[in-house]
Amino acid sequence: MAHDTPEKIRSHAEHEFLKKKRSAEMRQQLTSFAIMIFLTLIAFTMVAAGFSTYLIVPIILLLAAIQVVLQLYHFMHLSNKGHGTIAFFMFSGMFVAFITVLALVTIVWW
Amino acid sequence: MSSLAQKKGFGAVLWDYLTTVDHKKIAILYLISGGFFFLVGGLEAMLIRIQLMKAGNDFLSAGLYNEIITMHGTTMIFLAAMPLLLAFMNAIMPLQIGARDVAFPFLNSLGFWLFFFGGIFLNLSWFMGGAPDAGWTNYASLALASEGHGIDFYALGLTISGFGTLIAGINFLVTIINMRAPGMTYMRMPLFTWTTFVASALILLAFPPLTIGLFFMIFDRLFDSNFFVVEMGGNTIIWEHLFWIFGHPEVYILILPAFGIFSEIFAIFSRKRLFGYTALVFATILIGFYGFMVWAHHMFTVGLGPTANAVFALATMIIAVPTGIKIFNWLLTIWGGSIQFSVAMVYAIAFIPSFVAGGVTGVMQAIAPLDYQLHDSYFIVAHFHYVIVGGVVLGLLAGTHLYWPKMFGTMLSEKLGMVTFWFFFIGFHLTFFIQHFLGLFGMPRRVYTFNADQGWDLYNLISSVGALFMAIGIIVLLVNVVLTTVKNVRVGNDPWGDGRTLEWAIPSPPPFYNFAQTPLVRGLDTYWIEKMEGNKEGMIYAEPLGDIHMPNGSIIPFVMSFGMFVAAFGALYFMDDTKPWALAVLVIGLGITFGSMLVRSLKDDLGFYITKEELIEDAKRGGNTDGHK
Repeated sequence: MAHDTPEKIRSHAEHEFLKKKRSAEMRQQLTSFAIMIFLTLIAFTMVAAGFSTYLIVPIILLLAAIQVVLQLYHFMHLSNKGHGTIAFFMFSGMFVAFITVLALVTIVWW
Repeated sequence: MSSLAQKKGFGAVLWDYLTTVDHKKIAILYLISGGFFFLVGGLEAMLIRIQLMKAGNDFLSAGLYNEIITMHGTTMIFLAAMPLLLAFMNAIMPLQIGARDVAFPFLNSLGFWLFFFGGIFLNLSWFMGGAPDAGWTNYASLALASEGHGIDFYALGLTISGFGTLIAGINFLVTIINMRAPGMTYMRMPLFTWTTFVASALILLAFPPLTIGLFFMIFDRLFDSNFFVVEMGGNTIIWEHLFWIFGHPEVYILILPAFGIFSEIFAIFSRKRLFGYTALVFATILIGFYGFMVWAHHMFTVGLGPTANAVFALATMIIAVPTGIKIFNWLLTIWGGSIQFSVAMVYAIAFIPSFVAGGVTGVMQAIAPLDYQLHDSYFIVAHFHYVIVGGVVLGLLAGTHLYWPKMFGTMLSEKLGMVTFWFFFIGFHLTFFIQHFLGLFGMPRRVYTFNADQGWDLYNLISSVGALFMAIGIIVLLVNVVLTTVKNVRVGNDPWGDGRTLEWAIPSPPPFYNFAQTPLVRGLDTYWIEKMEGNKEGMIYAEPLGDIHMPNGSIIPFVMSFGMFVAAFGALYFMDDTKPWALAVLVIGLGITFGSMLVRSLKDDLGFYITKEELIEDAKRGGNTDGHK
């Protein structure tokens, strides 16, 4: 309820700490943004350079997976406290889906 | 039921149960309907055993036999075993974590009614032109060739009841993650709560593949699509994959809660803390994970190739490791304990060798080359009945005895319980042990009769006699239930005297708000800790006595599910040229469902408060009012 939310008065030290934490978070976001741009560049370059499709496809999939993880952790706040259960269930679900797709691809359609 | 409830008329009680959102009452609904379907499935089993009693029997025709084996399997798995486990999860899990209800009481009721109407729809096939006849696995080539509407009843009925189960699973997950009492960390949760948690996660991840498979099946059967039709470019094996990606986790959904019940029993009746609690928890989680990596062991003979077979064979054998860890932990829990041989404990002890026997034959079948010999023989039938009857059904019977006082406030007779146990246990081994040998002698599954010169006569007769023993056991159990209910001798909070977890700290049956004050949990086996420290109240509290917010009951879940039930008939007859009204029925049914969803969304239902004064009044009367608002 909004009316009984306690008002927090922060001490100077707490304020400084929060400031530091936020700027660190900002730095992380910028770094991962740069990495993502770089990954995208790699993907485009590979296609432009005309490598074999059998090389390009798995590498792009791998880069995509890395990008998803970066996105989840640095932009969707999965790295924050109290998200352990969510992460656990997400990765379990992804794992099960991955195993399923892998099996169908390799033993049914290959 | 308290004296308060007995004064009410039948109509009022019925209305109360139709509209209830109380997890304890929904548990009773699950218990009654699951029990009913268990009897139906048991009756079908008896018919099967009568047919196979002697060579060349003509008690059942071949077609009817196919329908009966299909419905026996489907009913027992989807409509009996799972709902009965959901009954115990509903009744006990919120109490064990110190919660006043599940996270979404309305959805809990919706889940039950969807399951119920799905089950009724499936069983109506008997009276409406024939039941499904392609086996409970419903393999696509066979199912698509099946005439009549049997398979459509199967696909639509399971879709509806599957929605219900999925809803229940998600509800339990949210409840356990968010509604644990203060101090109840994950590693202090009772093992039954843990197994409920993992089984719910399995429901969450395993039911979507089944739903997809059933959708494909419905579209192929009713709307002429070609997902599984080989001559049109479809692939019949995809059904098998989808079914078993669901089907294998499904057997863990069944066995894990049973493991949970047994874990509670071993600790209570050995008067010891569970040995290796941490190992048991991690073994449960591991079993959950491995459950998704082994499904193709049901399909070794399909022709997946040696690589796939080897991978899945190995993964399957690995599951024996966490299961073995559990078995040893249970044995070490009993070891050195002060053992009380109550009926529940006797079931639990009988479970260990029975389940291990089923597990060992499971590892045998995991050896792919050997499976080529065993596949589709009675050896398989023996194996899965050993794990499901020897594990799940013994767990359900044990759970019935253990939790009956908590659910109904009376004790089932221990004497009659022992009679049931011995009839059932001897009957079970008599029926299924010998089927291993029938399998090795070459008797195939799902064949309605055999010849006198095949040498299977005597063993089949013995097997049928065993089934009769099991039936007698169950009848004695029913007598026990009736006698107990008629005698109505009330019991206190902790009728076994050695309860360890929070549910035994509150009255039997608990008041409808469960805990007047939310308990504070100080360790594993909360109630035991308080008892040992001489705390007469059985718990310490995390909050002062205050008003409690409770949800209102609602008929909407019932109406919503009924709409699905009606719509299913429309979908079923949609393709019949002779039944032009089918479309109208489909539209009306969906209209009822979506209309009731709309009502639910637009009408605010803010629940009500139980005031502090009412709670104090309640506590004076023993805190055991079955109140209704």
